[in-house]
Amino acid sequence: MRLTCPICGPRDRREFYYQGDAVMLDRPGADAPPQVWADWLHLRDNPAGRTRDLWYHEAGCTAWLAVERDTVTHEVFSVELVESADAD
Amino acid sequence: MRIDGKGRVDRSRPLNFTFDGKAYSGFAGDTLASALLGADVRLMGRSFKYHRPRGVLTAGSEEPNALVTVTRAGDTDPNIRATVQEVYSGLEAVSQNRWPSLNVDFLSVNNLAAPFFGAGFYYKTFMWPKSFWEKLYEPMIRRAAGLGALSGKSNAERYEKAYAFCDVLVIGGGPAGLMAAHAASRTGAEVILCDEGFDCGGRLASEEEEVDYQPGHAWAHAMAAELATLPNVRLMPRTTVTGAYDGGTFGALERVTHHLANPGDAPVECFWRIAAKRAVLCAGAMERHIAFRDNDRPGVMMAGALRAYLNRWGVVPGQRVAVFGNNDDAHRTARDMLDAGVRVEALVDSRHDAQNLAGDVPFFPGWQVSRALGGKGLEAIDLTGPQGALKRLQVDALGVSGGWNPSVHLTCHLNGRPVWNDQIAAFVPRDGAVPGMSVAGSARGTFSTHACLREGAEAGFDAASALGFTGDKPVIPEAENAAYRVRRLWAVAGKGRAWLDFQNDVTVKDVKQAATENYKSVEHMKRYTTQGMATDQGKSSNVSALAVLADATGRDIPETGTTTFRPPYVPVPIAAMGAGAQGAGFAPQRYTTSHEGCVTRGAPMIEAGLWYRPSYFPKPGETSWRESCDREVKMVREAVGICDVSTLGKIDLQGRDVGPFLDFVYSNTFSTLKPGRVRYGLMLREGGHVMDDGTTARLSETQWVMTTTTAAAGPVMKHLDWVRQAYCSHMDVRFVSVTEQWAQFAVAGPKSRELLNALLDEPIDDDSFPFMQNGPVSIGGVAARLFRISFSGEHAYEIAVPARYGASLFEVLLGRAEALGGGPYGMEALNVLRIEKGHITHAEIHGRTNAFDIGFARMVSAKKDCIGKALAARPGMVDDDREQLVGLRPVTVGNALTAGAHLFDKEAEAVRINDLGYITSVGFSPTLGTFLGLGFLKNGRARHGEEVRMVDHLRGVEEVCLVTDPVAFDADGGRLRG
Amino acid sequence: MRMEDGCVVELTALMPCNGILPITIGETTLSEVDPGRITALMPFRGQHAALTEALQAAHGLGFPEPGQTTVAEGASCVWTARDQAFLMGPAPDDSLAPHAAVTDQSDAWSVVLLAGLDAEDVLARLVPIDLRPAAFPEGAAARTLCQHMSVTICRRAEGLQIMAFRSMARTLAHEISDAMASVAGRRAAG
Ligand SMILES: [Zn+2]
Repeated sequence: MRLTCPICGPRDRREFYYQGDAVMLDRPGADAPPQVWADWLHLRDNPAGRTRDLWYHEAGCTAWLAVERDTVTHEVFSVELVESADAD
Repeated sequence: MRIDGKGRVDRSRPLNFTFDGKAYSGFAGDTLASALLGADVRLMGRSFKYHRPRGVLTAGSEEPNALVTVTRAGDTDPNIRATVQEVYSGLEAVSQNRWPSLNVDFLSVNNLAAPFFGAGFYYKTFMWPKSFWEKLYEPMIRRAAGLGALSGKSNAERYEKAYAFCDVLVIGGGPAGLMAAHAASRTGAEVILCDEGFDCGGRLASEEEEVDYQPGHAWAHAMAAELATLPNVRLMPRTTVTGAYDGGTFGALERVTHHLANPGDAPVECFWRIAAKRAVLCAGAMERHIAFRDNDRPGVMMAGALRAYLNRWGVVPGQRVAVFGNNDDAHRTARDMLDAGVRVEALVDSRHDAQNLAGDVPFFPGWQVSRALGGKGLEAIDLTGPQGALKRLQVDALGVSGGWNPSVHLTCHLNGRPVWNDQIAAFVPRDGAVPGMSVAGSARGTFSTHACLREGAEAGFDAASALGFTGDKPVIPEAENAAYRVRRLWAVAGKGRAWLDFQNDVTVKDVKQAATENYKSVEHMKRYTTQGMATDQGKSSNVSALAVLADATGRDIPETGTTTFRPPYVPVPIAAMGAGAQGAGFAPQRYTTSHEGCVTRGAPMIEAGLWYRPSYFPKPGETSWRESCDREVKMVREAVGICDVSTLGKIDLQGRDVGPFLDFVYSNTFSTLKPGRVRYGLMLREGGHVMDDGTTARLSETQWVMTTTTAAAGPVMKHLDWVRQAYCSHMDVRFVSVTEQWAQFAVAGPKSRELLNALLDEPIDDDSFPFMQNGPVSIGGVAARLFRISFSGEHAYEIAVPARYGASLFEVLLGRAEALGGGPYGMEALNVLRIEKGHITHAEIHGRTNAFDIGFARMVSAKKDCIGKALAARPGMVDDDREQLVGLRPVTVGNALTAGAHLFDKEAEAVRINDLGYITSVGFSPTLGTFLGLGFLKNGRARHGEEVRMVDHLRGVEEVCLVTDPVAFDADGGRLRG
Repeated sequence: MRMEDGCVVELTALMPCNGILPITIGETTLSEVDPGRITALMPFRGQHAALTEALQAAHGLGFPEPGQTTVAEGASCVWTARDQAFLMGPAPDDSLAPHAAVTDQSDAWSVVLLAGLDAEDVLARLVPIDLRPAAFPEGAAARTLCQHMSVTICRRAEGLQIMAFRSMARTLAHEISDAMASVAGRRAAG
């Protein structure tokens, strides 16, 4: 498996660390009810199909990435920086 | 025997080798199989289950029978296919799966017991009595079954793994593959061409047909030679592409030195990971057998293999040959035998309307071979003709062709399913089954040489074009363009055992029996009969077996379907996949700058993650680690000790927003920390449990240094990257690891300041360096950092210098410490010191404990949000009933506590339901003269002063313990500040 | 006892690969490089351009694009990670500090040079990226893996420069020399 890091280019899967669903980006507000927090942290869909999940280019540029891919065909649709390049 | 004037082995270069200890001679260019056939050896192995005598069946990597063990310089490689092993001078090969010898095999009694060993035999036979399984059945099966044996020694041979990159990967160097590589290379694309053999050509190497008005093998040789001269082409001979993976990654096994007597430092094999932008599969096709009674006798082989041995190696396994087929291609074998002057006793074609394409040979259209006769070698065959006619012919060799199966395997590795093509009675690949990979030549069911050349050229050109390369299409050379006609015949009717899977001893009857017992799914039949589950993965038998299943279940083949082909295409040694990861290559070893100094002092070094740290520093006369440890603890409490703490993670943070950022990642507040001060911090996971702890120093208005535990340095860095990029991109914060930049030493004990002041360029005092102070100092003119922090509970410092000075500073510190009655201390003493003080490590913050549990609930600031705060406040995370950190000591002074033991009320039975907690850390405190423990106890903070029972089921230890505050020594911290 | 310079002790410096390198096997040599000062530069928010300007003025080179190295007389700046590059050679000028987090890394890295006929083939045994000159020419830099280690590799005129953690110097030398032996062994075997 290979992922095209927006910064480093196409790289072997072994350079990346897999984290899980990109829903982790949408952190609830500090005052959200406990149930919202618990659902956000623990409840996950497990689709056969399109997913968006988090990868860390640990042995590369150290950017966190959101990867859209298909769990059935393994097609990778997009790889985006979690922190957009123009953040600064 | 060798046929004069035939084959392309180098007869001027004879090579001597041994097989089962007997000396033979072959020629340069021989495989072990061809050399043995040349020496009239037909019996090469015994089958897996019945130990039936077996000879070579094929001339390629799909060989199921002729597996041998090769010994070289004391190292043995089992399960080497004789059809792939090139002969070299001094080769030592032995046969497998026989006892005591190939000729006399006592376990062949299994063959007589065959009625009991049919399909599902493992499932049916060994069900009862239950106790017999471990004692009798399993050892018996293990002795009888299995292929070659490992030597039992550590493998000293060198293996390799490597990476390669290209625009176009061409898999297979036959006519299609050569043209694909040729066409792609002309556009300027970077091409890798992998071929299983040591020479390209594929079937051309084994045929008489011409290409471009010259012998096909000569054309192939010239084309390969031309490709080898091109800078953008990389030829990889002896390399089998074993798997197609996501994103254009392919696995390939290169047999680097199996053909050499002395490999030197070169690896045996190399496992390649090839990243290709496009690929063209030109893997060719494999011939399949026809099942008939005793069709496994040595001397019966594939018709194409028989022809290959004649044309390429100049050998025939006997004086008289016959050919049996259901297709036109089989006729070529008879024709070539005839041309070479070999006596052809019969060309048998099951098709009534077949035309003889072989020339002047006895021709039997509409006949079938119904039985092979002979024991350890073929002696005769029975033919069955129209209206039940019977005929027996004396023959030494029989070539059989049930048709050709395109090698679709790699197209199935990403879940693609092949498609049945009735015209060629075979599965062909589905287009686009592997993204970026096309298929050309006989691998897609195109069998004429000319069509293979054309398809290869087109596929190679198209692959390069798709990547933007341009150029001329190559001219397609002239070559035979004959039609391939086949009529399906899988098994000849009749009595006796007709073999499908030679390696796993599966017969037609076994498959039919599976169907009868309702194992009608091809996947079930496979597992029930073990069809296709041996090392050859049923390459020459799967299609026939599922056709027999289809017939037995009254379905057609597409409806019956195929089993799933998975990587690897050929067996890949674990040694090759994991090459370099043995011994020192298993994981990086991290050494501190004081490593040599510790080793010189006799300290046993223990692994702490990837780091190596000293366990203790034995003194002359000390006989146990405990003696050294007790001394080192006392030394720190009474004088001064030195400990290398460089392994702790150190992260430099800078920027305007470091304060708010730290407030967010730590549960407690850091933005209020003044320059020059240090604060202890607690880091939570989002779920509210403790992730890590450590001190963070504010060096200046804008620069901070965070420390992590040794174990969590990497994970914390990853976490900080996550939090900053995902949640804090608005903050101006930059950080980088400086763990490796600084060698850092703890100087701990009542004489620590005295020691430092003897060394620092400017002395310090309590005003300039009170507890939790940090600042720059200078030692020997080197700019250093000093932190007054303490893990031991003593008046202590940590001093950091650039790592290049670490080894030198360690010696200087030790020299001074020893003059003050101190010295170095190791991990054992460090552990006891912190247990005495109730300081936690990852033994306590093990992932399931939260701030409340460890008594740090007040460290979760109410004034700000932080990672983990919301969920740390969940109901249940702050219940009194939770297991809380406590100190423990044995009521009977002198008795030991053990880590991992569980806690119970004194009178309660020691069972799970009564479990009150567990012990995480223990050590003997020389300071207090007793064992001390830390652990977690339900409602523990309210139970100080009570007694509980510790039960260690694993070690069989019980002890009544007193529950105490976690801090057992110097509870008010007076020594820290003193 | 204080010495002339006012110091009480004298500390001696050791290079990370002290006593380990150089190693020559076949046509390829692995040797330690003295990189001078190594300084991590991480531009603050919105300061990329200003940092490049300051770098140009002080050291004659710009802040490198991802995967690149900028070079000047006696100095180079190697891209090492997102928003991070290492200034190698000179001590960093004070004018950089307002625009970037400036961190001394001089002692944190084992810096080695692999040079000779088989350098690319050797690293092809360890590194999962294409380092052949066409794909990785002089001036290219990459953060990647070398077997199990995280490394930064850049191509210098003299060869391929590899930087790994100082503490891993022995493993770095072990992995690379092992691959060197293998590649040389292939040559010897023909
Ligand atoms: Zn990257």
